[in-house]
Amino acid sequence: MADRSFHPETLAIHAGQIPDAATGSRALPIYQTTSYVFDSADHAASLFNLQTFGNVYSRLSNPTVAAFEERVAALEGGRAAVAAASGMAAEALALTTILQQGDHVVAASALYGGTVTMLAVNLRRFGIETSFVDPTDPAAFAAAMRPETRAVFAETLGNPSLQVLDIAAVADVAHAHGVPLVVDNTVPSPYLCTPIAFGADLVVHAATKYLGGHGTTLAGVVVESGKFPWDNGKFPGMTEPSPGYHGVKFYETFGDFGFTMRARMESLRVFGASLAPMSAWQILQGIETLPVRMERHCENALRVAEYLRGHSRVSWVSYPGLPDHPQHELVRRQMRSVGGRAGASGLLAFGVKGGLEAGVRFIEAAQFMSHLANIGDTRTLIIHPASTTHRQLDEAQQRAAGVTPDMVRMSVGLEHIDDILWDIDQALERSAG
Amino acid sequence: MNDDIPTLRRILKSYRTIAVVGLSAEWHRPSYFAAKYMQEHGYRIVPVNPRYDTVLGERCYASLRDIPHPVDLVDVFRRTADVGPIAEDAIAIGAKCLWQQLGVRNLEADARARAAGLDSVMDRCVKIEHARLFGGLHWAGVNTRVISARRPV
Repeated sequence: MADRSFHPETLAIHAGQIPDAATGSRALPIYQTTSYVFDSADHAASLFNLQTFGNVYSRLSNPTVAAFEERVAALEGGRAAVAAASGMAAEALALTTILQQGDHVVAASALYGGTVTMLAVNLRRFGIETSFVDPTDPAAFAAAMRPETRAVFAETLGNPSLQVLDIAAVADVAHAHGVPLVVDNTVPSPYLCTPIAFGADLVVHAATKYLGGHGTTLAGVVVESGKFPWDNGKFPGMTEPSPGYHGVKFYETFGDFGFTMRARMESLRVFGASLAPMSAWQILQGIETLPVRMERHCENALRVAEYLRGHSRVSWVSYPGLPDHPQHELVRRQMRSVGGRAGASGLLAFGVKGGLEAGVRFIEAAQFMSHLANIGDTRTLIIHPASTTHRQLDEAQQRAAGVTPDMVRMSVGLEHIDDILWDIDQALERSAG
Repeated sequence: MNDDIPTLRRILKSYRTIAVVGLSAEWHRPSYFAAKYMQEHGYRIVPVNPRYDTVLGERCYASLRDIPHPVDLVDVFRRTADVGPIAEDAIAIGAKCLWQQLGVRNLEADARARAAGLDSVMDRCVKIEHARLFGGLHWAGVNTRVISARRPV
């Protein structure tokens, strides 16, 4: 008899946390501690050797952070997860565990600007090359693979291009070459899409966004599927004795959560971008209502997209939830259905007539829509990517990322839809100048 | 094979003497990891490996049939192809459970053990399952699949 598979609404509240053994506390305690006592010298030695599971130092693990890790692993249908201080820290954690000097990455061209910089500048400095390809074309990923390729990286829904990744097709390409597919699933959140179900091997999140959901707390997390064969010969770091950890062979010893153990014991431990317990606790408060919030984000965003499309001051609208989006079929296949329509998140983009200047006037005329660099808040957020989030890229890179000079990106919040439409309309009227 | 949470909980709660077939004396080997962990958590470990005289402070036997006292659970760290005779030995000595470790999946041995009335588990690690169900594994960020409002006792 198999164990019951609980729904996301239940996992979002319960996974990773049972009542506290010491006190009976129903809510998760915040273990605001750096260190933990050992029961004996033997116990200490066992912990350091990884012969027993426990906590030694909060840079490596912390019970409050662990609840967050298990909750996201459960929601993503993954085997294990490790948290980091931010989404970028989570990406760095995943990539610096997989890659070494001389390796190559095939990445989608439509990525968050910070990710592009990590791949094209920071990792490049350490001798890791990246090829950027059209994320909507699985054949482009295949054509870019090299013998030294060790990872494929993409976003489920590109930010802000909103291009949709065909996860299964790109996973097949990655697996045909014996490398893992790493998917940044920040924009859909695990409620709308679980990339592991489509073949992704690692999933990263900026929990700062929809998971936390309230714009209060930076956090990141890496989830592993537990299904990637790290012993296929391409990843000696997973199978050879670890020089950083007393000769432990991570894959052999820990099996299907070996990657997470290695990421924690070799990368997180050394580079130290650990998530604070208080931050993990705050993100968990948000995660409890993830399903309910995502439903409302999707309903509101669809109404906004339909409204903008009919507006005289808008030249174009892009929202994967609209039936005429070029990848709408893929969205329907990969994303959860909300109210009978494909749930495409709260993120949409549009062009204000009158180009750059009109776009700026629109943003500055908004009354309660917030002009800032974030997505996935309860509040509706707006920004002009070309001059902010993707400013570090040159124009060719911007276009490859799906950013045009007139584009406004909106993260539709949970305010009443009538009020959101009112603010959009009055700001658009004022954008005419 | 029955490996739902209640069954594994019952097995790991009731069976306290574990014969570890293929136990290595080298501290970084997975079998040593698992045996040391179980020993630290109150189980009696009986090493079975013709290569050693003692491991983890316990007398090491060349085969299951040499063990002069009862054994509850036979924990197998051998290749899948070699499990058959071990299962026969486990049945002969009156063990209550055949447990094949990670990557070990001998279906015939599993069927034989069940037919003889033993509990049988395949492709799981005693240490990982113990840590998952009795505490510890959740601290490593692993999805334990435990959903409960009961305070652990």
